[in-house]
Amino acid sequence: MSENNQNPNAVDAADEERDLIAKETVGLSQGQLIRKRFLNHKPAVFSLFFLIFVTLFVYSASGIHLNWGATPITVQGWWPYTITDIPETVFCDTSVGCPTWQHPFGQDPLGRDYFALVMRGAEQSIVVMLIIGFFGGFIGTVVGAISGYFRGWVDAVLMRFTDFIITIPAIIIGAVIGFRVGNLGVVPLAIYLGLFSWTGLSRLVRGEFLSLREREFVDAARVAGASNRRIIFKHILPNAMGVIIVSVTLMLSGAILLETGLSYIGFGVQAPDVSLGSLISDYQDSFTVSPWLFYWPGVLIILIALSVNFIGDGLRDAFDPRQRRQISRKELLKATFKKPADPTQN
Amino acid sequence: MFSYIARRIGTALLILFGSSFIVYNLEALSGDPIAELRTSAARNRDFLIAYYTRQLELDVPPPLRYFHWLQGIAGIFTGHPNFGKARDGLSVYGEIAAAIPVTVRLVLGATILAILLGITVGVITAIRQYSRLDYSMTFISFLMFSLPIFWVAVLLKQYMAIEFNNFLASGQIGIEWLLISSAVVGVIVAGLVSGDRRRVITVFSGSFIAAALMLLIVNWTNWILNPGMGVLGVGVVVGGIGVGISTIVVGFENKRVLWATLTVVAATIAAYFPVNYWWSSSDMNALNLLWPVLALVAVAVAAAFAFTRVDRGPAIRVTVITSVFAGLFLIIDRLFQTWSIYLNTDGINMRPIPTFGEANVRLSSDNFWILFEDGLLHVVLPTIALTLISFAGYVRYSRASLLEVMNMDYIRTARAKGLSERTVIVRHALRNAMIPLTTLMAFDFAGILGGAIITESVFGWHGMGTLFRNAISSQDLNLLMGVFAITSFLAVMANLVADLMYSALDPRIRVR
Repeated sequence: MSENNQNPNAVDAADEERDLIAKETVGLSQGQLIRKRFLNHKPAVFSLFFLIFVTLFVYSASGIHLNWGATPITVQGWWPYTITDIPETVFCDTSVGCPTWQHPFGQDPLGRDYFALVMRGAEQSIVVMLIIGFFGGFIGTVVGAISGYFRGWVDAVLMRFTDFIITIPAIIIGAVIGFRVGNLGVVPLAIYLGLFSWTGLSRLVRGEFLSLREREFVDAARVAGASNRRIIFKHILPNAMGVIIVSVTLMLSGAILLETGLSYIGFGVQAPDVSLGSLISDYQDSFTVSPWLFYWPGVLIILIALSVNFIGDGLRDAFDPRQRRQISRKELLKATFKKPADPTQN
Repeated sequence: MFSYIARRIGTALLILFGSSFIVYNLEALSGDPIAELRTSAARNRDFLIAYYTRQLELDVPPPLRYFHWLQGIAGIFTGHPNFGKARDGLSVYGEIAAAIPVTVRLVLGATILAILLGITVGVITAIRQYSRLDYSMTFISFLMFSLPIFWVAVLLKQYMAIEFNNFLASGQIGIEWLLISSAVVGVIVAGLVSGDRRRVITVFSGSFIAAALMLLIVNWTNWILNPGMGVLGVGVVVGGIGVGISTIVVGFENKRVLWATLTVVAATIAAYFPVNYWWSSSDMNALNLLWPVLALVAVAVAAAFAFTRVDRGPAIRVTVITSVFAGLFLIIDRLFQTWSIYLNTDGINMRPIPTFGEANVRLSSDNFWILFEDGLLHVVLPTIALTLISFAGYVRYSRASLLEVMNMDYIRTARAKGLSERTVIVRHALRNAMIPLTTLMAFDFAGILGGAIITESVFGWHGMGTLFRNAISSQDLNLLMGVFAITSFLAVMANLVADLMYSALDPRIRVR
């Protein structure tokens, strides 16, 4: 923008941009506008499809494992090996356990199929990410909404409680929890982590509610006799949805790094179960001998976190009404050249 | 104001009391610290159980034990805090006191570097919004957001340490690396300029050739094995930095500030030989590094006063920043001179970049510069790793913040009254855009002492993070609570400092 303002046509150009945007947005509902803006954000759309693809791929390959309760439920995926199978080691000319057609990611020193291990790790990471996102998002939204809407002593109590949770650094909570319940499987770990990761979101939501509750549409609803619950959930919450969704996506990408980091230092998922973090920790020393054991888990972490971040960026752009789509130079030129014809028509 | 601070500190103490009570009890109830001992078949089992029961006060219920612990901590008001004893009988206070300098060394540099680099890149991408540079930096910062540090650390160890050490055997940059690095320099410089394709290509080829020539000279003079800047190099670099800063802050046309800056550069050149001679003496210590820098800062303030009559604030800022850089480059030059000696010291043997630990224990020298260089080289890899991770956040926040400010009405007013774009950005936009970032910085600085648990574990440092990790895995309650007391206290204080700074910087926000 700063460059445009230096040339004499700046005002014209800005007007043109505004006209173009006005033309694109006329007659659309808020939801349609957001969807349209999101679909215009190409990296975000691509990341969304990619993430869906990765999730389906990982789950179909490794199957579904639920260690919840006394009887574990297991559904076998299409990949022939599991993390406990020890198939015969395939020797190749350079080294032992290198990637082959039979074992595309190679085999670890025990002979386990590495593709199965990585898929299992990715499965864990995705579960953790979703559970932390759900619990953190839910608690953060409710706490923030209540304290921002009711203000007064409710706000004071809830915010001091939030401060109280913030005081305990995330990694301390994670380590205490992970070390104690990590062996119960990944679901309880994720739930506990989720119970402690809502603080940032609740502050944001509170701020949003503090400003939204003063707006006319809330007064109108109250005059019409709406209950507090109805005002919070039907009137204010939809307007705060942008902040919540964006912040939850960031929470998701943070969650996957938190889980893998904890597993890396031995406080997260415990052996014999595997996580992408524990795989990296186990095979970082074999980096020079068999680098594939080191690369794949890291690449998967980065791909998942990166696509979640891009989706979050796309959502932020879509929800932010101040955000203007970039008008490409070609469109602007087209509009500018058409302009001389306009005055005669008016 | 005073009552506000007092009230906040009161609340903070209550919060700390509550959270430490909960953490203490959670941790105490979550497991039996001598579980292994109970099932062991050792002959002195009963004795050990009795010993640990007495030392760790296991016969006292955790809530009561907590108050005993708190009593010791409360000694902080009388100047005799008692953090209790760790499992192995060592004083927790002593362990923490030993760990803090290590952690600060590990994290402080990375935090400062991440803030400086992150804000710079964020500001540049905001000014050049929607340019190629903006898009690529957005992608890179998202990528860094998504990097697991333990994974990056292993790659850094391989490619920045082991491969670099191998490369030092010859010290000559190969032709392929020469071309690649020159091309990277070219792409970055070309990304900074705006304009049509022809100008971009010209700038790219110009900087490509310049970088390639520089690297050829580096090869030719064997600079990598025997580096140095000399009085001329220091003068040129500091002069360039000074002129650059003064151009950014007050503009090149302000000749008075320019002259003041050049005075600082001249003082640096004059000080070069005496300072080097003084630094080379055998009783050199870390404090002696500081005096020349302070002297240069004094010269800088004096020069600013001598050359300018009005508007002295920016002038002093420019000259002081320049003088700090000058001091820094004097030190860097001295370290360059030590490099070749360091490479051939016993215990180094031409493999200078370490992948593990805080210092080289095989180093037999007691020369200050050798030890200093050794310490710095051990920080290199962790600093790069930590900077990579936290840099992205600053880029995103400062970019978003500056973009928001640039859309404000007062920026339009400033432009409308004919101020130059430089003044509008540096004096009107940037200052306001940096206000929200103070919160982030306050928390980052408070987080320093918490240590970087994962980084410390990857690089084998024994700081706060390692203490904390050991405390959890060996259920060492006093040690864990000692670390926790410090980190949570700093987190609460950071919260308070952030709010106070916010209201000091933004007069619209009042604290009550």
